Amino acid sequence: MTEYAGPLPTPTIDTAPFWEHCRKHELRMQKCLDCGHVRYPASVICPKCYSENSEWASMSGKGTIYSWVVFHQAYGAFFAGIVPYAVAIVELAEGPRMLTNIIACPLDEIDIGMPVEVAFEDITAEFALPKFRPLGKP
Amino acid sequence: MGSLGDKYAIVGVGHTKLGKVPGVSSIGFNVLAIKAALEDAGLTREDVDGVLVKYPTSGFSSLFSGKLCQALGITNKLMAVIDLAGATIGTMVQYAAMAIDAGLATTVVCSYGDNPLTGPPGTYGRVNSDDAAFGFVGAPAGYAMAARRHMKEYGTTSEQLGAIAVAFRKHASMNRNAQMQKPITLEDHQRSRWVVEPFHLLDCCLVSDGGAAVVVTSAERAKTLNKKPVYVMGWGQAHPAWDIAQRESLTVTGAKRSGEMAFKMAGVSPKDIDLAEIYDCFTYTALVTLEDYGFCKKGEGGSFVQNGRIELGGELPCNTAGGLLSESGMPGMLLLVEAVRQLRGECGPRQVNNAEIAIASSQGGILTTHATLILRR
Repeated sequence: MTEYAGPLPTPTIDTAPFWEHCRKHELRMQKCLDCGHVRYPASVICPKCYSENSEWASMSGKGTIYSWVVFHQAYGAFFAGIVPYAVAIVELAEGPRMLTNIIACPLDEIDIGMPVEVAFEDITAEFALPKFRPLGKP
Repeated sequence: MGSLGDKYAIVGVGHTKLGKVPGVSSIGFNVLAIKAALEDAGLTREDVDGVLVKYPTSGFSSLFSGKLCQALGITNKLMAVIDLAGATIGTMVQYAAMAIDAGLATTVVCSYGDNPLTGPPGTYGRVNSDDAAFGFVGAPAGYAMAARRHMKEYGTTSEQLGAIAVAFRKHASMNRNAQMQKPITLEDHQRSRWVVEPFHLLDCCLVSDGGAAVVVTSAERAKTLNKKPVYVMGWGQAHPAWDIAQRESLTVTGAKRSGEMAFKMAGVSPKDIDLAEIYDCFTYTALVTLEDYGFCKKGEGGSFVQNGRIELGGELPCNTAGGLLSESGMPGMLLLVEAVRQLRGECGPRQVNNAEIAIASSQGGILTTHATLILRR
């Protein structure tokens, strides 16, 4: 793999497990063991019931597009090579929304409400980005 | 405690040159703006016992307010940096009034200055985060995400957003201080390049060097000073706070709750407002704020801003000096300066006839923070 020149995630004590699961192509988020709420981004307590008990539960990887934009302006040299590209907020079936990219879809076919599924993209040995593609598209 | 409405006033406003202004530091812009505001009020540094400042967006060191006080020759007084991004502007005036009411100070300056165009590169060029890994960088994208949602939910169009840009540029053409004074057409807006779709370049505010400041004191003291006092009738704050992806709604903002608080405190309603100075970092920001303040129904902002309604001579003149889109991209202090000048009747060709009551919004992050001020002459 040629060296990846784009910005990398910046894991913290809270978010490191999320990125480690992504590296293994697993989309996992913290699920409260007391009230069942799935939270994202990662945190030390459940923001609903303040329980400190949680597990890194496996997500279905399926959801719908909540909103989306297309970058035409390139913020730096790396992005100059990939514009135009789509960034979206995807609402997962389990509830949480996450910022991501929509791939494997013509930009003019993207729409709010479109069903999508996760597709991991290995960018370095340490990181895989959870991107999304139209549901059922190979 | 009784209401603080009408008990405090803005008695001085000032600003530096706006636009690309080399050779002045961010501290320097704050100092020059405060100096101008004190001259406007007829006060000196001896009269000032409180200094509130918004941190420069392009980067700053800790205890920034101390460095500013040192440069102003002010010591042993109240000071603070407030971290609410653009909404810092409105909140500084509120905290100034509260500090005076609490007996901590008598006269407080509130200031903002920055040099993102000519100073060292900072926030405006930073690329380093989980969001950046997905190419989600820069200020326009989050607002564009919200605008897209509004378009889907309510049928709002790019042409309607363009009407905002055209109106505010028309106002800037009557403002010698404005960074952009050449009028634009809706066609210019539609033909301007995409930045982050659905935003064209002309949906986005300027990036600007400069500084601006206001002076706040009690209504009693205000009556003894140079200029006609502009009283703070009502205020509000509401900060949705969460990341854009986690926000409950992208089409209802902190402006709703903040505006309701301010109108209640002031004892007026949107129909009483003579002019509005609405934070317009992007065209959509102005549209959604006008809806949330109740100037039109939710979802009807697109038609509200068309056909000259928000232009001088219209039903609700907005951003009469050009706003962030055309006067200065500095986060919002110039909106407050313009509201004060309108209520004093100092605005010459762009003066709103018989302006008595104005509303000024400020907000920041990605619709993350919001503050409202309602002012009267």
